[in-house]
Amino acid sequence: MARAITSSFDEKRIAGRRLCRRLVVGAVALGLLGLAGFAAFAWQPALPEIATPAPSSFALNVVARGAVLAAAGYCSSCHTVPGGQPFGGGYAMKSAFGTIYSTNISPDRETGIGAWSKDAFRRAMHEGVARDGSHLFPAFPYEHFTKISDDDVDAIYAFIMSQKPVHASAQPNALIPPLGIRALQAGWKLLFFRPGRFKPSADHDAQWNRGAYLAEALDHCSACHSPRNLLGAERGGAARYSGAYVDGWFAPPLTAANPSPSPWTSDELHAYLFQGIGQFHGTPAGPMSPAAHSLFVLPQADQNALVRYIASIGGGDARAGSAAAAKGLALQINATSAGRQTDPDARFYVAACASCHYNGTGVINPARPDLALNSAAHLSSPDNLIRVILFGIDTPEGAPGLVMPAFGKGFSDADVARLAAYLRRTRTDQPPWPNLQKTVADIRAQGKGVE
Amino acid sequence: MSTSFLVNGRPVRTDEEADTPLLWVLRDEIGLKGTKFGCGIGMCGACTVHVGGRPTRSCITPISAMEGAEVTTIEGLDPAGQHPVQQAWRELQVPQCGYCQSGQIMQAAVLLEDFPNPTDADIDAVMTGNLCRCMTYSRIRDAIKAAARLTVQATTHD
Repeated sequence: MARAITSSFDEKRIAGRRLCRRLVVGAVALGLLGLAGFAAFAWQPALPEIATPAPSSFALNVVARGAVLAAAGYCSSCHTVPGGQPFGGGYAMKSAFGTIYSTNISPDRETGIGAWSKDAFRRAMHEGVARDGSHLFPAFPYEHFTKISDDDVDAIYAFIMSQKPVHASAQPNALIPPLGIRALQAGWKLLFFRPGRFKPSADHDAQWNRGAYLAEALDHCSACHSPRNLLGAERGGAARYSGAYVDGWFAPPLTAANPSPSPWTSDELHAYLFQGIGQFHGTPAGPMSPAAHSLFVLPQADQNALVRYIASIGGGDARAGSAAAAKGLALQINATSAGRQTDPDARFYVAACASCHYNGTGVINPARPDLALNSAAHLSSPDNLIRVILFGIDTPEGAPGLVMPAFGKGFSDADVARLAAYLRRTRTDQPPWPNLQKTVADIRAQGKGVE
Repeated sequence: MSTSFLVNGRPVRTDEEADTPLLWVLRDEIGLKGTKFGCGIGMCGACTVHVGGRPTRSCITPISAMEGAEVTTIEGLDPAGQHPVQQAWRELQVPQCGYCQSGQIMQAAVLLEDFPNPTDADIDAVMTGNLCRCMTYSRIRDAIKAAARLTVQATTHD
């Protein structure tokens, strides 16, 4: 009996071990299979190097079309260091994941894309894979460029390959380990990337769809104006176009949640996007600057289409009637807060700012950006306002040919915080910004940045 | 880093460091001494010049901001010194010591473009950032109004 018990116990133990071994083998096999599957998915072949095509091999009209597309897609903004050779790369993009340096996309054979065929360029734009088969990081917005038509990508290729080759090696990225492993990007793609060309919506007409194509594919507006999830992918649904932080600036919501007192009508969008100044909103600065100073190259029909689409996101035209009230209120604030003052904050504001920003009682002069209307004073984040006060606005930014001095040179953190708090209190009906002085100190410490 | 821009219509190029104030380049490199250094923090207006036709405090404007800009200094406001503001300034004998006056004149010139018929409130708001330690404020205000009248006359005669 005792023996039988022992025997049955042994049998169970052996059976248990067998099961265990089978499970382990199964798990390992499954894991290997998964890994193999992932590897198969992640692996992309290198495409053959080609002899660098001569610029003369491209039709001039195609190169010209590519030039417009490349400008309107701001290729050079990220692929050029400030003051550097166009398309030579090296521009640093800081994120929570570390710093990525843009690559050289000039037609230099060794350090640029001189050996890339049209197919390799298409694959990079449409699938986020480099010529050598390695995955590109989504700092390169291929999830937008995948929507660009083959024709347009080919025109951009023709333009880029006709540019001056720049011999400049890519700086190694400084990403938090293991994010620097490019094969892992395949996982990101599996989760968040849906390749495919732009599909027009049947609910809208051709002009709206053209605008949607420009905004979503080429201009990648939502790359900055939509918040991202923990893994750095753009959030959809209601979060889409609801505003986000980028490079130390706050890219305002493009939805109806935009807090500017005057609505973003089609007229305002036209002035802001193509002339660099909106009478009732201010001027583009920071990362928006290259966008708003490039888009004017688009043909008139495309400008109209882009405005049509962007205006439809926030529905500003339907609220056009409220512009007059906002303007009236702004002028009233001007009249009552810029005279002889007993309020020390108001005195400080008038002495430092009113010489350029006062508008009197008549008209809003676009060259006197009215701070009661300016988006920066109304946003949930004080960062844009603080940045502009501290570091000013250079000629490539803002209204064409105009600059704003950098008040951070002489003003303390407390001074800047005081001005920002005063504007918030007197020019908006928004809640006060908390911890302003610390925010000013932090932004000062970050510096003007790399734009 | 090299920066190129126009001063009174003439192209200039400087290799000064990015954070060098425009004022230093104007005075020390180009030799245009009409624009004055006052407080150095953009709070007195003595260094006011025009950039792209707008009054700008040159002591806190870094040279790196200036690529391609068009600058006008007091020397270039009018080739013969006959800008209506300058005429009015002479007529009313506005300056006392004179140190702040080029900044005052540059600010007032744009004030009159924006507000051709300025009220006292307009003058207060726009000119408060231009200090005058000799207290010529009442004469400045009178001269701005006189210049407004001169500008209207000039326009009418054309």
